[in-house]
Amino acid sequence: MQEDCLLELRGIDKLFPGVLALDNVDFTLRKGEIHALMGENGAGKSTLIKILTGVYPMDAGSVKVEGKPVHINSPQDAQNNGISTVYQEITLCPNLTVAENMFIGRDNRHWVKQKDYEKRAEEILQNLQIPARARQQLGNCSLAVQQMVAIARAVDMNCKVLILDEPTSSLDDKEVQMLFTMMRDLKSRGVGIIFVTHFLEQVYEVSDRITVLRNGELVGEYLTEELPQVQLVAKMMGKELEELNELSDSEEHTASDKEVFYEAEGLSSSEALPFNFSIKKGEVNGFTGLLGSGRSESVRAIFGADKVGGGTVKIKGKNVRINKPIDAMKNGIGYLAEDRKRDGIIADLSVRENIILALQVMNGFFKPISRSESEAFADEYIKALKIKTASRETPVGSLSGGNQQKVILARWLLTHPDYLILDEPTRGIDVGTKLEIQKLVLKLAEEDVSVTFISSEIEEMLRTCSRLIVMRDRHIVGELKGSDLNQAKVMKTIAGGEA
Amino acid sequence: MNRSNNKQKEPLTDTQLLMGITIGIFFVMYIAAMIFLRGGFLHSQQLFDLLNDNASLIIVSCGLTIVMIGGGIDISVGAVTSLVVMSCVLYLNKGGSVLVSILLALSIGLAFGAVHGFLVSYLEIQPFIVTLAGMFFARGMTTILSIDPQKVSHEGFKSLQDIKIEIDWLGYTAKNGNHIPARMELGVVVALLCVAVVFIILRYTRTGRGFYAMGGNQTSSLMLGINVKRTRFSSYLLSGLLSGISGYVFMMHTGAGNATNAAGMEMNAIASSIIGGTLLTGGVGNVIGTLFGTLTLTTIKKIVVSSGLNDPWWQSITTGGMLCFFILLQSIVLRRREKSKKSA
Repeated sequence: MQEDCLLELRGIDKLFPGVLALDNVDFTLRKGEIHALMGENGAGKSTLIKILTGVYPMDAGSVKVEGKPVHINSPQDAQNNGISTVYQEITLCPNLTVAENMFIGRDNRHWVKQKDYEKRAEEILQNLQIPARARQQLGNCSLAVQQMVAIARAVDMNCKVLILDEPTSSLDDKEVQMLFTMMRDLKSRGVGIIFVTHFLEQVYEVSDRITVLRNGELVGEYLTEELPQVQLVAKMMGKELEELNELSDSEEHTASDKEVFYEAEGLSSSEALPFNFSIKKGEVNGFTGLLGSGRSESVRAIFGADKVGGGTVKIKGKNVRINKPIDAMKNGIGYLAEDRKRDGIIADLSVRENIILALQVMNGFFKPISRSESEAFADEYIKALKIKTASRETPVGSLSGGNQQKVILARWLLTHPDYLILDEPTRGIDVGTKLEIQKLVLKLAEEDVSVTFISSEIEEMLRTCSRLIVMRDRHIVGELKGSDLNQAKVMKTIAGGEA
Repeated sequence: MNRSNNKQKEPLTDTQLLMGITIGIFFVMYIAAMIFLRGGFLHSQQLFDLLNDNASLIIVSCGLTIVMIGGGIDISVGAVTSLVVMSCVLYLNKGGSVLVSILLALSIGLAFGAVHGFLVSYLEIQPFIVTLAGMFFARGMTTILSIDPQKVSHEGFKSLQDIKIEIDWLGYTAKNGNHIPARMELGVVVALLCVAVVFIILRYTRTGRGFYAMGGNQTSSLMLGINVKRTRFSSYLLSGLLSGISGYVFMMHTGAGNATNAAGMEMNAIASSIIGGTLLTGGVGNVIGTLFGTLTLTTIKKIVVSSGLNDPWWQSITTGGMLCFFILLQSIVLRRREKSKKSA
């Protein structure tokens, strides 16, 4: 009915085993608009994108392109219907020239005419004002230019709908501006752009409309200029403003006058911008912010998990250098990684072997922990943390998520750390276990262990932490404690001050 | 942005840069040998002998370059060459025809290539393991065919073998006053033809460009719409075919089959490709570079021998040292380039 409607999704359902990833979601993209798709982790953004690009089939609903119903069963189908996607990781070949990257795989002729490619590529580059030359090797271009080349390829394939999935996460400010200029240019040519990002400021800078998803459901579609930033955050996190203003009683945590255990000044890594941070003995604090705000990157910098940039670190007042995880471990720091499947458990090893892993590494491999000793350790922690496992020799991979998490916790507790960093320890585990882990954190604090706690759930952070460090767009934007520790205040700080 | 300046010279691609280095080093080395070692190096026949002795190595190196550009490896080439030699020798000695023996060589090579390609591309088994199995299999088959060395006694083949291309003006006059022209075997022509064909495939065909894309980034190639499975299959098929040709050329050079023929040839071929600027990680390489890689490798060996270091281990030691030197050089050059790109 609307003439300028480019893409219409109606009543999309997607069921994964046990989870309704998308529940009756509508989405409309108009000609010549930049439409931001927003939502926290698990909101269903990427599922929706994947349905649109034919990676996943949908379980119910309809897709219309320019008013005509279409069926998208493969990425090829999507492309034929004028839907192109440019991913965060550049999906081009760095060893080929810019021109070849634009045309390879599109030409069905057996003989390749590089000269033709180069001529046409040069025209396209000029037309879209991309600062690259056709014969340049792609790998020699900056990331932003590579991304633009990917977009140019999509545009040249007559795409009407361009999906940009986190295109700016590896670009610097200047490059982001270059990309935005190009996006606006495409917009004026009538291309509809779906912009997926977690940078709020960029959304407000470039988008016309915002669609918010939460827990697989559509929250709503808004004109960007009519939706204040704090409202957007509230909608993404699922708290209405009125609700936020009711001050939730957070219990007072004892602000200890104990000595500072860890102190960092100007600490930075390959992933994290320089920041200052300190934690006292027996203190529980937390990093909060939206996904991608830099909270995980910051704690990874503390642990030395990424390449360390600069800054000074003091432990108990003494200067130390932490360049690698083993340095951090030797200084009594433990780190429970965000993605336990990738960075945490070793699925094929038994519960016992997983538990003694960190201690073994600290001891060095020339001082093996004896079998009986390791069995004793394993039994002790299986009991203490109530890990539900058939036996201590069961492979960790067969345990439930919550119990896997406890195994990793046991691994770190066994090293008797002075400072424990827990990055999303409660993600994807059941409520009961969540509470147990929260209690454990508080108990550790009583035993003078410092804990840094990260969670996407603000309530959980408020319950456990006595100080919250708020991050936005990779900078620390606030530090909340005492009476400021309430949902409304936290949300406002995340969204950016006023309102 | 200086778009007006369209004719401006592009910086070399990684492939061109590495190939250039090899060609440069080859000439420097050869000229140095001419100056300091004199002797045979002053005669053009030395260069032709290098080609005559190593025609089959050049051919398998071309195959390996293709596979390595695609991000794979084929270590069966030496064993397949050997199997082809033995099979053809026995067939010819049983009174077969030359034409059929050529077809036999090609089909053995193609069969190995097809099986390797199928296992690697469609069943997604590690290429190293697949071609290792192929290598053992081919070596075993060769030994089953005959443990004893076999000499070709076929007349038709012998006349083919005796065809030598004589280049008068490149020859020299011996002390007794006889003019001896430079001699080149037929195998060299075949080898150079293979280089030319592979060069064209790699540069101008869809499949050839697919090898580069696949080696550069496999996921990306898939996303870009390249049929990665079929492309990978073709790379092993081509390598197999070239091993077959290499076997026949080898037989034309030696005129005999032996179970230990072409022992270690796969390693020399890998070394030649790497010296010629092919990266083991895939996506970068050029067959002209490989030709010069082979020449560089074999020239070094010749220089070692000419310097009076006759023991065989000296050749291995210099080969090892040189490979190490080239890899180091490549990584330094590429890293510097990476740096200058970042600072730009």
